[in-house]
Amino acid sequence: MSLLRIERLNKAYGSLAVTRDVTLTIEHGERHVIIGPNGAGKTSLINQLGGQIRADSGSIFMNGTDITHAPPEARLKHGICRTFQKNTLFQGLSVFENVRLGIGSRYGQPFNLFARIDGNDDLNRRTWAILARTELEHVAGQRVASLSYGDQRRIEVAAALAGEPKLLLLDEPTSGLSPAETQQMIGFIRTLPDDLSIIMIEHDMEVVFQIAHRISVLYYGEVLMTGAPDEVSGNERVREVYLGAGI
Amino acid sequence: MSVSQTTPPSAAQSSDDLLGKLFSRWQYAILIALLVWPFAVSHYATGLITETLIFAIAAMSLDLLMGYGGMVSFGHAAFFGLGAYGALVLNVQAGLHPWISLIGGVAVAAFGAVVIGFFCVKMRGVAFLMVTLAFAQLLYSGAVKWRWLTGGSDGMSGLPRPSILGLDLDHPVAMYFFTLASFLACLYCLRRLTDSQFGHALVGIRENETRMRAMGFETRGLRFVAFVVAGAFGGVAGSLYALLQGFVSPDALSWGMSGTFLLMVVLGGARSLVGPAIGATVFLLMKHLVSSHTTHWLSIVGIIFVLCVMFFRGGIFGLLERLRRGEATR
Repeated sequence: MSLLRIERLNKAYGSLAVTRDVTLTIEHGERHVIIGPNGAGKTSLINQLGGQIRADSGSIFMNGTDITHAPPEARLKHGICRTFQKNTLFQGLSVFENVRLGIGSRYGQPFNLFARIDGNDDLNRRTWAILARTELEHVAGQRVASLSYGDQRRIEVAAALAGEPKLLLLDEPTSGLSPAETQQMIGFIRTLPDDLSIIMIEHDMEVVFQIAHRISVLYYGEVLMTGAPDEVSGNERVREVYLGAGI
Repeated sequence: MSVSQTTPPSAAQSSDDLLGKLFSRWQYAILIALLVWPFAVSHYATGLITETLIFAIAAMSLDLLMGYGGMVSFGHAAFFGLGAYGALVLNVQAGLHPWISLIGGVAVAAFGAVVIGFFCVKMRGVAFLMVTLAFAQLLYSGAVKWRWLTGGSDGMSGLPRPSILGLDLDHPVAMYFFTLASFLACLYCLRRLTDSQFGHALVGIRENETRMRAMGFETRGLRFVAFVVAGAFGGVAGSLYALLQGFVSPDALSWGMSGTFLLMVVLGGARSLVGPAIGATVFLLMKHLVSSHTTHWLSIVGIIFVLCVMFFRGGIFGLLERLRRGEATR
C-alpha cells in the first residue's frame, strides 16, 4: 500500500482553479519533488495535504485512511509534518524551546496547567535527541532570531522532525539560501532517515535532481507529468513550460 | 552538551545570575513593604491597597488571556461582575454561608466563561473583541433589568465579612492580609500556568496559530481553557470585591470596567503578570490621589497611557526591566 494517495483533488478560489484533478501516490521512503512555474499551485497542494486549506473535492488517503477532512492537528497523528515557505519559527524562543514545542503535542501535556515544562525530563531528553540527530546541539540555547537564515531553515526542518513524521512536507526549504547554505541543506536532507517519505517543493533544479526519486510537474494546478528525474528532464512539454531549452 | 542532558536552555534565561538575584531582592522588598504597609499607614490607605490588590488580580487574569494568549477581550468585566454578583446573590438571595457564597461566585464566573468562551474562542482579532464586549453588555443589561435578582441599577448589598482563623475580616487590616494572601496565591498559580507547557503553547498560538496546529496542537481547546481560567480568576477578583465592598452595582459589569482592566494591562505591561498588577496600582493611585486635586485625573491617566503606548511598548514593567538591565551592565 502506498503511504499517501491523492485522488482527483480539486481546489478553486472563484474561477481560479489552483488544484485540478491532481492524482498522485507517494511510496514509503520516496523523495518526491514538485516543480512548476510560479502560480502553478504547488504550495496550495501542500497546504491541502497539511490541512491548512480544504479541498473542494477529491480525496487524500494516508496509509489507507481518508484524511481529506481531517484538521491539521489530526494529520500530525497520521504522520504528516510540514515546514512553511516563509520561516515561521518562534523568533523569541531558543532553538531548544522551538524543537521542544514541536514534540510537545505528541509527548507533552499541553492541557496540564501546572506541570512546569522545564521539569519534563522525558520531553527534554527527546528534544536533545532530535538536536543531536540534526547536529544542532551547539546552538540549542541560542535565540532563533540571533541565528543565520540558513540555520533557521534547518531548525525549521528539525522542528518538523520533532513530530516524528512518516511524511515530511517541505515547502521550498532552500528558498533565500546562499549557494553554500543550499548545499548544506541538501546534505542535511540527505541525512534524513531512508524510511521517511518527503514531498518537497523546489525551484532550484540542481537541488531537485540531487534529491528527487520522482518529480511531479504542476502547471496551472494540473499534474503535467510524474516520473523519474531523467524522464522529466527529457520531456519536451516540461521543457517548454518550465525547464526551458537550457536543461 | 549531550543527549542525556535534560536541563533546557532558555532564550529568556539571563546570562548574569546577579541579575536574577537582584530581581528577587527587588520582589522581596516589595513583599516586605506590603507586609508592613498596614502597620505604617491609616486604615483608609490600607483599604486603598486592598482594593488595588483585588484589581491587580483582575488585571493579571486579563493578562493571561491578552498578553499570553493574544485574545484582546473588551468584556473581561463580565467575569469580575459575575464573581461579585454571584457571591452576593448566593448569600443574600439563597442564604448561603459567606464563604460558600464567595467560592460560588468564582464558580458562577467560571461557568459564565465556559458559556461565553464556547462562542468567543471561535473568533479572532476585532471579532473576538466585539463579541466579548457584546456578552458583557448583555450581562450588564441583565443586571439592570432583573431587579428582583440583582437589585437593578441600585445594585445589591448585604454580604457580611466572615472570620478566618480567628481573624475578623471586618477589621481593615485582617481584610488586607486576606486579600494579600489571595493575590499572592493567584500570582503563584498564574505564574505556574505560564511556565507550564500549556502556557508555552498559549504563547505559540498567539505568535502563529497556523504553525501550532500544524505541530499537532488543538489550539481552539487550548484557547478555550485559557478563556475559562482567565474568567475564573476574574471571578476571584469579583468575589473579593464583593467581600470588600459588601456591595455590587451593574458598573462592575460595564464596558467602562472592561476598559479599565485593559488600561491596567497596557499601562503596566502585558505578558508579565506583574506588569498589570503595577498598572492596577498606578491607575488606582491616580484615581484616588490625583482625583482629590483635580477632576481631570483621567486626562492625566490618558497622557501616561499614550506615552506608554508610544514610547514604552512593554509598559511600566518593561521600562523598569530596561532600567534594571541598564543599571546592571553599567
